[in-house]
Amino acid sequence: MATMLELRQIDAFYGRIQALHGISLHVEKGEIVALIGSNGAGKTTTLRVISGLLRPGNGQVIYEDQDITRLSPDQIVVRRLIHSPEGRRIFARMTVLENLQLGAYTRTSPAEVTETLEEVFGLFPRLKERASQKGGTLSGGEQQMLAIGRALMSKPDLLLLDEPSLGLSPLLVQTIFSIIQDINKRGVTILLIEQNARQALQIAHRGYVLETGNITMEDTAANLLASEEVRAAYLGGNVKAS
Amino acid sequence: MFHWKKYRFVDWALVAVAVFVPFLPLVDHNGGHINVLVNAGIYMMLAIGLNIVVGFAGLLDLGYAAFFAIGSYTYAMVASPQFGLHFSFWPMVLVSAFVAAIFGIILGAPTLRLRGDYLAIVTLGFGEIVPQTFLNLAKYTGGPNGISAIDQPKLFGYHFGLNPLPYYYLVLVLIAFSLIVANNLRTSRLGRAWMAIREDEIAAAHMGINTTTAKLAAFSLGASFSGLSGVVNASLLTLVSPDQFKFNVSITVLSMLVLGGMGSLPGVVVGSAALSILNFFILPQASNIAASVGLHVDFTSYRFMLYGIILVVVMLFKPEGLWGSEQRKAELKEHGGAAGAENAEYEEMPRETV
Repeated sequence: MATMLELRQIDAFYGRIQALHGISLHVEKGEIVALIGSNGAGKTTTLRVISGLLRPGNGQVIYEDQDITRLSPDQIVVRRLIHSPEGRRIFARMTVLENLQLGAYTRTSPAEVTETLEEVFGLFPRLKERASQKGGTLSGGEQQMLAIGRALMSKPDLLLLDEPSLGLSPLLVQTIFSIIQDINKRGVTILLIEQNARQALQIAHRGYVLETGNITMEDTAANLLASEEVRAAYLGGNVKAS
Repeated sequence: MFHWKKYRFVDWALVAVAVFVPFLPLVDHNGGHINVLVNAGIYMMLAIGLNIVVGFAGLLDLGYAAFFAIGSYTYAMVASPQFGLHFSFWPMVLVSAFVAAIFGIILGAPTLRLRGDYLAIVTLGFGEIVPQTFLNLAKYTGGPNGISAIDQPKLFGYHFGLNPLPYYYLVLVLIAFSLIVANNLRTSRLGRAWMAIREDEIAAAHMGINTTTAKLAAFSLGASFSGLSGVVNASLLTLVSPDQFKFNVSITVLSMLVLGGMGSLPGVVVGSAALSILNFFILPQASNIAASVGLHVDFTSYRFMLYGIILVVVMLFKPEGLWGSEQRKAELKEHGGAAGAENAEYEEMPRETV
């Protein structure tokens, strides 16, 4: 496998507060990588650094053998590295179709966009039914589908997903995760961040654990699922109360 | 395809008015009326331009009169005895639009990180600085007296002179041109980028929209329209002075947008026409009528109070404006909607910092 994305010793700051302390990670082509950690660990910050929304203080972001650390978000989107933002952020007052069309903003061939639109509708038949409805009138699960569908409209090679399960019912979480697997099987590499660690690790190939801006563990998803420390900190369940 | 049913009665009424407008001077020979209509047209062009900035891109600009001033002075300086230059009117229409567009970028650049109230305050400042600068650069701009004896346009040897009629047709053509350009912009790729930014700037950046370029384009394209109207204004009055470009001009144009419906081109036309009629016909007439019955009230001096009342009434009963865009209607009805509730208050600051 070829390395698709590599973070080298990333330091990131919000003003004087350091959010990331020398983070290094890599994502191989075709993988699903899960980045897990609690609130405030720096998961979203990591994605913001990758997609160019936040300039790191130090370190490098290498994507497909190119240094993209200093590129602007729009230059990164053109390289088919797409970030589906935290909290979905769909355009509530635009229709589902308009939302999807904006997802294809950087693409130039209308014929290809139409083709992708059909693919997205194939993946999310619900979105097709609601194509002319305003984004804000969709349910939470549908909005998440729209957010993912919108990200797919730009034909990503690498898709960054920020908490796709946030605020969804357990059943919907299952659906969304199986769709993520499906997208991955179609050739999209995925870097996923989640608080729902168990679900994320179940579909991921590898995982990283992030704690207060540091990567504390790195292993295959299966090993992380089996690990005592991860179980205790993130998975809950059969851990003796101390 | 053309769908008959899509069009309501009001659409046809608008078409009828648009067809009638070019023939109006044949019916109404009163030069004073025509002059008033030309002024209304100048305001309409300003409203079309400001609508790009405020309506399409959602950037609240309270200093739009500055660009009107820049457009007017650009022509005045090169087509008057001020420097002994007498450039032709027609190319200067484009040059002034271009100069205003450049100043649009100059104002836009430092405000890129600002939004809402903060943006409004900075643009308000710019709107005050520009006329002050023209006032104090007396060597070039004639100071408080301004620049007078500005050239009037000639077309194929026909001199426009002091007759407002040729200006009437000139303004009509420029308005039609502006509306076509604005409508094309609205449906263009750039137009979609503006609407995405207006809705949610961060999400727009996630879509790969270069928000910096798109916002600067809104400022400069919006400003260019005031360049057009500035040239017409300068040549019509044959005089420009700093006091023509006070804050009240910016507010009047903004009120036109709010009244008609921000972001909606028919709304801009209706809103600017309505306020101009009030401003130039109804208020002076009311004063005359009052005077004829022995009441000496100058209603025109209550203009801004009336604007205020009208705007409050419109906000209460038809907040999307007289002819608002569907989008705007939805925005106000939903109050943000389900997703908006989650997104609306979400600011740039991520949760990690809290």
